[in-house]
Amino acid sequence: MDLHFGDSKPTDEERAAVDALLGPPESSWEGADRSDADLRWARGGREARARRDLLLPGLHAVNDRVGWISEGALGYLCRRLTVPPAEAYGVATFYAMFSLKPRPATVLHVCTDLACMAAGAQQLCEGVESRLGPGSGVTVQRGPCLGLCERAPAALAVRAGDPVRTAVAAPATVERAVLTASAPGSAAEEPPAERALPQAGDPSLILLGRVGVADPADLDDYRAHGGYTALRRAFALGPAGVIREVTDAGLVGRGGAAFPTGRKWRATASAPDTPHYLVCNADESEPGTFKDRVVMEGDPYALVEAMTVAAYAVGAHRGYLYLRGEYPRALRRMEHAIGQARARGLLGDDVLGQGYAFDIEIRRGAGAYICGEETALFNSIEGHRGEPRSKPPFPVEKGLFGRPTAENNVETLVNVLPVLTMGAEAYAAIGTPGSTGPKLYCVSGSVERPGVYELPFGATLGELLELAGVREGLRAVLLGGAAGGFVRPDELDVPLTFEGTREAGTTLGSGVVMAFDDSVPLPRLLLRIAAFFRDESCGQCVPCRVGTVRQEEALHRIAERTGAAAGDDIALLREVGRAMRDASICGLGQTAWNAVESAIDRLGAYE
Amino acid sequence: MTAIPLGTPRRLLEFTLDGEPVRAPEGSTILDACRSAGKDVPTLCQGDTLTPKNACRLCVVEVEGARTLAPACSRGAEEGMRVRTDTERVRHSRRIVLELLASSVDLSTTPGVAGWIEEYGAEPDRYGPDAARVEEEPRIDNTLYVRDYAKCVLCYKCVDACGDQWQNTFAISVSGRGFDARIAVEHDAPLTDSACVYCGNCIEVCPTGALSFRSEFDMREAGTWDESAQTATTTVCAYCGVGCNLTLHVQDNEIVKVTSPHDNPVTHGNLCIKGRFGYQHVQNRD
Repeated sequence: MDLHFGDSKPTDEERAAVDALLGPPESSWEGADRSDADLRWARGGREARARRDLLLPGLHAVNDRVGWISEGALGYLCRRLTVPPAEAYGVATFYAMFSLKPRPATVLHVCTDLACMAAGAQQLCEGVESRLGPGSGVTVQRGPCLGLCERAPAALAVRAGDPVRTAVAAPATVERAVLTASAPGSAAEEPPAERALPQAGDPSLILLGRVGVADPADLDDYRAHGGYTALRRAFALGPAGVIREVTDAGLVGRGGAAFPTGRKWRATASAPDTPHYLVCNADESEPGTFKDRVVMEGDPYALVEAMTVAAYAVGAHRGYLYLRGEYPRALRRMEHAIGQARARGLLGDDVLGQGYAFDIEIRRGAGAYICGEETALFNSIEGHRGEPRSKPPFPVEKGLFGRPTAENNVETLVNVLPVLTMGAEAYAAIGTPGSTGPKLYCVSGSVERPGVYELPFGATLGELLELAGVREGLRAVLLGGAAGGFVRPDELDVPLTFEGTREAGTTLGSGVVMAFDDSVPLPRLLLRIAAFFRDESCGQCVPCRVGTVRQEEALHRIAERTGAAAGDDIALLREVGRAMRDASICGLGQTAWNAVESAIDRLGAYE
Repeated sequence: MTAIPLGTPRRLLEFTLDGEPVRAPEGSTILDACRSAGKDVPTLCQGDTLTPKNACRLCVVEVEGARTLAPACSRGAEEGMRVRTDTERVRHSRRIVLELLASSVDLSTTPGVAGWIEEYGAEPDRYGPDAARVEEEPRIDNTLYVRDYAKCVLCYKCVDACGDQWQNTFAISVSGRGFDARIAVEHDAPLTDSACVYCGNCIEVCPTGALSFRSEFDMREAGTWDESAQTATTTVCAYCGVGCNLTLHVQDNEIVKVTSPHDNPVTHGNLCIKGRFGYQHVQNRD
């Protein structure tokens, strides 16, 4: 390949940001000044191209330092990694958090998604925008869910520099958001993670028991509270024993698809191709979901240990933690935990002195919901556009870097610890025969005590809402997030299990429970959901790329109409929705019409 | 005599296609099997010389037991599979996909699509006059070819042909996301500032006319483009010794464009700038 890098030069700062990540360039082939020695050797080619997966970290490095990515910076990064500039441009423009046009160093992301919208995000945005107009040195960016739904409305300020500074304002008033954006360095510290747990301190908590009890920055404290007993048991059982235990426990994936974890692990472990990889999907971007953030912020070592167990079971020596870009505190906590674990021999060449090598690398997402789709996530890590791949082949055969890969989300992995510490039988006794174990729910919206709840599978939706203190005038509950469906207030006896929600014609999804009272106009909610999917579609396949646009257009047309006047457009929505569900490549397009459909059919949104 | 590589013999798979038992060599796709069985399956993004991208979703078929429809172009045939190519569900998806495409881009130069729109009863106009469309002016920034993204269906074929599947030039990629996704060079610059080497292999694979020869573009503008009056003659390129096949499209005794046969085992339809665009000297009669 004969790459063409153009004439644009990076500024010293941009060059420094890239070099801080990749080290200084060794020769003019990589962008250093030319020396005589360079005429006699060439470096690059296959060796350099193998570092393509550093493209996303490289884009982050520049964006973090300067606030945007210039032609010169992109060109230099491409030269360093032997990536064609057109492809790198395609990757950089894919993510919402990057800008390829100059912009002020500070960006204030204001969430306008469902929970924040119900809590007055519209007024917040208008207030903030009028205060932070042109010349304020702050770009206000309205955007999708920031995963702070328990403290809605929320805003996240990111100020580029060395180091980059982030600060969160939630719940945000106009005053607080403006203050946070103008001085992110001196903004008030966020409340501790356990403040998101209304049940904190309850001794029956299995998954969340350590949050707020053990110091999330202290490895010894984690061990004093039962940490690393699961990994010891795993080493005693051996990989096949761990998989047997997980299978017998009936653990299924908590990300929404409910695939049996044991079966996924067995298939990965027995795939002949090597190396194997473990990927932890921490790209929790479903509007209304924030449980993984709370787990990572409140009990980060648990995820490190769980990833080690999973990697040991599937025969992986490298694990990637793909963490969404909007979670700066979770990132800091996980970086610290991984560093500590490595320093203490709990990661590295010889984990726990058992001769097993495993290490974890963190990869930050950059604002793309689609990267939560498992194969899109692989593409994103590899330095390609976060577009989903067509399946088959499945990740257990050809996943990350084309190798057998087990991918699980944070909640699924954290469940592996109690499976091993209590044993499969005791774990399987929790919940129902079809849905075993404890489950985390993210409750937000019109409730007195929003937050993450842990309940054994089988509790009803009504029981959960009662626990959270549902307010008067409940109009609808969105179950499973934007990709889920609405449930009526008279359907609250639906049991929260995979089989129970399926029977009731809805889905548990990722465990989102958003309550809406009658103060929120339903058509506006639906418009927000449609806008979300239109924004987040990767654009690869036609049904999703154009279908999500047509869906939003039709909803705009009927926003003010009901009954017969809306009939034509509802019929059109059904037809387009059916084709999106049937013919889209991935789950995003396939579920983009779920919530709207359920609002029409179950709530009579336009009758 | 041209040597035609046959490859190693392959095992035959047996499965059912629309209720009829069919046999297909291991490794073939459902689309291959459909075509050998004489069934017409519409596709836009599938290319005979490229790895299927299955982005257009026009070729979807129903595989028994699957939750969603499967793209025939990339789903491999499996032993015992039951495939239906013409169910109501399949026809519905194809109709909507055609409507979505035809309502958002200009398909006037896409061969075959008018017939499918009629066959599947698609009504692209029903999304209303305000339906979002890709409306961009054609980009004319060089003398050899024109990019008209208002006609682009984002099939990714040009990206694949420019990238690692054929040309290894990597001058173009997809930028942006969702409905705003576009084929672009870096920083959306003019082609002349990019890595493009003007091989024209992207034009060769473009299924919609979004990429076209400047000659064709100008003649269409002038209303003089007339495919029915053209002859196509395949010959050998005279520039170097590789021996690429050229198909010269001639109208009124002038070469109006050059393509290359895809079944040529050496070039598979690929050419370089000279073979593709260097034909002026042939008709220079002064």
